[in-house]
Amino acid sequence: MTNKRSPEPLAWLLFSAGGMAAALLVPVLLFLFGLAFPLGWLPAPDHAYLLSVLRHPLTRLILFGLCVLALFHWAHRFRYTLAHGLRLERFSALIVAICYGAAVLGSGIAAYLLLRV
Amino acid sequence: MTTTTPRLYRKPVPTFWWLQRRSYLLFVLRELSSVFVAWFVVYLLLLVDAVGSGSAEYQRFLSWSSGGWVVALNTIALLFVLLHTVTWFGLAPKAMVVRVRNRRVAPAVIVGAHYLLWGLLTALVLWVVLR
Repeated sequence: MTNKRSPEPLAWLLFSAGGMAAALLVPVLLFLFGLAFPLGWLPAPDHAYLLSVLRHPLTRLILFGLCVLALFHWAHRFRYTLAHGLRLERFSALIVAICYGAAVLGSGIAAYLLLRV
Repeated sequence: MTTTTPRLYRKPVPTFWWLQRRSYLLFVLRELSSVFVAWFVVYLLLLVDAVGSGSAEYQRFLSWSSGGWVVALNTIALLFVLLHTVTWFGLAPKAMVVRVRNRRVAPAVIVGAHYLLWGLLTALVLWVVLR
């Protein structure tokens, strides 16, 4: 009897880790760079300093990890939101391919941009 | 005469079933928070790209992100992300059963630890970014 292993546990693990990473880091980053700095509530960091922060290997690693985990969190949750929330179970295979494919693609783009900065 | 297996009655579920009850709506809103987490990733990568492209691009990014629709989108995204954080921490003690010296850790301690970690990491980010 051949037991074919499902990749589902891995998807759930990434979803869970992504949910935790997003919950811990996204609010403060989104508040600062999404609202406070553009709207002038707080003085935006100058370019040279921000560049030096982004070029630090620890920053690259943390942001890359955050991007990858957050994208797979989105992929897994959105997949089920589409399937159950909008009653699209019959397109499940297509939804799976698009969601996880987009997450892999986004991770590649994140790696490229974070290495190139 | 062949006997057919009885087909179970499956009540048809309307597409907008989640508007019928408050708990359903909250559940779907929590699920939708993942869309705004994904938007944050896109936004962050746009920022990284702008910073990497030079000071002028960075200033252009700041101007763009102070525009009406980006501010509106980021405001909504922040609210959804906060909803995600609060509901995620609220579910943590249900997902984590931690046992210390054969006694289960109280749910309030687990939730408290999550908020404490959130506070610490937020303070760390503020310290790094705001210099």
